[in-house]
Amino acid sequence: MREIKILVLLSVIVGVLYWGVEPFAHSQMHAHVAEPEYTFDDVDDVRAGKTGNVDAGKSLVVDQFQCQSCHSMTVDGKQIGASMNLGVVTPDLTNAGLIYDERYLAGFIANPAKASHVEHKMVEGKTHPMTSFDLNYDGTFGDDDAQGVADIVAFLKSIAPKELTNKEVFQDACQRCHSIKYGDFYGGSMAAKTPTDSITNYMGKTPPDLSQYIKSRGDEWLHEFINEPAKHLKGTAMPRVGLTQEAEHQVVEYMTEVGESKKAEREALAGPFLGYLVIFALFAWLWKAKIWRQVH
Amino acid sequence: MSNTNRRDFLGMSFAAVAAVGGAASLVGMKQAWDPLPSVLAAGYTTIDIAKADLKPGTPKTFKWRGKPIFLLEMTKEMVDEANSAGLPKDYHLNIGDKTYTLVIGLCTHLGCIPAWQKTKWKCACHGGEFNASGKQIFGPPPKPYVVPPFSLKGTVVKLGETGPESKAMMAARA
Amino acid sequence: MALINESFFSAEGLEKRLAGKKFWKVMMTEYWIPKDINFLWALGVVLATTFSILIVSGIFLLMYYKPDTALAFDSVNYTIMQEVSYGWLFRHMHGVAASVVFLIIYIHMFTGIYYGSYKKGREMIWISGMLLFVTFSAEGFSGYMLPWGQMSYWAAAVITNLFAGGSLEAWGLVEWIRGGFAVGDATLTRFFMLHVFLIPLVIIGVIVLHFYTLRIPHVNNQTSEDIDYDAEAEKYLAGNKKESKVIPFWPVFLSKDFAVLGLFFIFYFYLVFFNYDFAMDPVNFDPANAMVTPAHIYPEWYFLWSYETLRGPFFDMFGMKAMDIGLMIFGLAQVIFVVFPFLDRDPDVLPAHKRPKFFIWFWIMIVDLLVLSVYGKLPPTGANAWVGFAATGMFLLLWVSLPFITKSDAKARGAL
Repeated sequence: MREIKILVLLSVIVGVLYWGVEPFAHSQMHAHVAEPEYTFDDVDDVRAGKTGNVDAGKSLVVDQFQCQSCHSMTVDGKQIGASMNLGVVTPDLTNAGLIYDERYLAGFIANPAKASHVEHKMVEGKTHPMTSFDLNYDGTFGDDDAQGVADIVAFLKSIAPKELTNKEVFQDACQRCHSIKYGDFYGGSMAAKTPTDSITNYMGKTPPDLSQYIKSRGDEWLHEFINEPAKHLKGTAMPRVGLTQEAEHQVVEYMTEVGESKKAEREALAGPFLGYLVIFALFAWLWKAKIWRQVH
Repeated sequence: MSNTNRRDFLGMSFAAVAAVGGAASLVGMKQAWDPLPSVLAAGYTTIDIAKADLKPGTPKTFKWRGKPIFLLEMTKEMVDEANSAGLPKDYHLNIGDKTYTLVIGLCTHLGCIPAWQKTKWKCACHGGEFNASGKQIFGPPPKPYVVPPFSLKGTVVKLGETGPESKAMMAARA
Repeated sequence: MALINESFFSAEGLEKRLAGKKFWKVMMTEYWIPKDINFLWALGVVLATTFSILIVSGIFLLMYYKPDTALAFDSVNYTIMQEVSYGWLFRHMHGVAASVVFLIIYIHMFTGIYYGSYKKGREMIWISGMLLFVTFSAEGFSGYMLPWGQMSYWAAAVITNLFAGGSLEAWGLVEWIRGGFAVGDATLTRFFMLHVFLIPLVIIGVIVLHFYTLRIPHVNNQTSEDIDYDAEAEKYLAGNKKESKVIPFWPVFLSKDFAVLGLFFIFYFYLVFFNYDFAMDPVNFDPANAMVTPAHIYPEWYFLWSYETLRGPFFDMFGMKAMDIGLMIFGLAQVIFVVFPFLDRDPDVLPAHKRPKFFIWFWIMIVDLLVLSVYGKLPPTGANAWVGFAATGMFLLLWVSLPFITKSDAKARGAL
């Protein structure tokens, strides 16, 4: 029937237009990148197979190197340590053993700038505020250093909880630098922990508020970016933080809870709503057919 | 003729289906006007009377749900006056040996905020007057000040949820 | 004698005072439409419905939107989308309808072109329709600014820049339009006024004009036959519904409209719930930042074809700067469709498949607009720039050739 032909033709034209303007154009604008990988292969496992000793690690952290001079952490039920250094809020180490990949952690302790991919920023005499691990201050990374790192990682894993809420992971891994104001719009508790001026000065750029990043970037992009920021933004100021796949999933989940909180409601309403419209269309067609039968 | 009836039936059913959709839309629209969750959640205010720095005989004003709340620690004279007027003990808020008036500070006539004048509240809008117990004593106000819903824990008042004390105060005014 | 004796509280009395039955006859049961039509004829009502959806959803958005550069983004993306009951639904409906309305406008417009519904007495309908296209474009542009995202800001910046007139450098005019040196709060609030009040009023006025100018020459039909409406109406009223070439607006024409609407709603609401990125671009979920232009900015899809004519000429020619040539073609593109009836030199009203050269012209135009649209979205580099250049050139060629090919068809038919 002619009307079917017209509808098909229309659908083809609109389909071509949609394809060209949406999926095709967007694929041209955003190059395809490799999938995120959580093995952190580029970081050699500096522990070189050594088994970590928790008590030795504790001694290294709390007594010898006194990490708590910059980092807060909860040890034996007590919170110890500073939470700020040079104006920037430092990561609390209580949860680090849970949310960061242990191979990454080891590599990070050994050489922070290298593991977090910010070596490109260490120019003109700039150094990472956290020094590379050197057990005996002998200037090289040897066997003893590898054992020390293994011990520290073991210790961190021992003080970490078994699980965290999505929000807690975000607060730990991201909130030092990023605000996500929609997380507490009226109360303001989800502002970045570091004051804006300080973090802008430290990073070189102001880390953006993440409230709507689930909408502006989407699920897939966020995973690719958090896992390896340089993939999407070469030369970015954001370090690779080394989250495990599970922890990263939790961060993106939290961003969805905060940025797209009505998603579930929308998906739930769609079925009945569209179902009703099908019924409506059915009745409309039946009535039209009845009426037009009289004139044809 | 049967044709007409059948068309009518179908037409009627179609109209009914459309009406169902229209009604559902109206329900959704009505809900869009409901107070936002943040507004409802913000409907709680806490006042610690012990820390309120009250002077007996001088009321203080707080804010709850956008409305003024009058808190007055009554002087001995005010309490005696209330007793001789035959007001029950439950009319006021009693904590320990102190007696308080805790009310919404809006004139029950047409909603203006009356001003405290040494021993009573005077409403500038139409001349209404309320005594230290919050009872209307002159002019157009038909009822005493309204008691807000509150709960009491020690000396801490939480406005927004009803406790036995506020219930009793409201009942005493009924 | 103008006095009515029947009581106000009686059926006859009310009828005499309001002439409701007469009104119903004139507007509905005896408003004659040709019977030989297809579903494309329903698009007028679909447009009226979509416009109503925009108004109603707009009313609810208006209750919570804050037209202030510091508050706008959050009022939309937090308050409306995440706090207000069904706020997300009203926003999605509004955004998707604003985009879909242009799809229907374009189909409606090209239906008119195909069947010759713009000439021999229907020029006013065509012109008022093109006026609606222009006012809806202004409405869409002003509306897009309101969420105050990155696209909102930069679209406003780029389009207001156009008014400098290229080499004319009328920066004073640009600043006057913006209400400031750069796009800012004054720009937002005035475009809010335009979007919420002035342009909708104008649109409603032009819609009334459009409907009014339609009645006199009557709606066209699939064979573009010139019908004797009085004779056919008589047949219908006498009971010869099957022989008559006309149908009444109510209930026959509208019943088909409702059926088409039913299908349209499924299509439209599917987009509202599941596929709305084309209407609510992700880039606009970044708050406006005057210091950072996004890597890729582009207008809404319905502006892409004319946007590409602006970018099409990318090198200086004929002693004129590329920017100026582009601006001129862009300006032409906005108004050229209006004069369609006067460029068509064929005196007969016929569907395109009865006008061989025009038929080819029509489909080349469709393809050219598709190419312009797709390339308007792509980064204008390398080969893309040349395709854009060629498509813009073709666009101009099509308009220049229109008088000649329509005259040729007419001559071949013996009409000229």
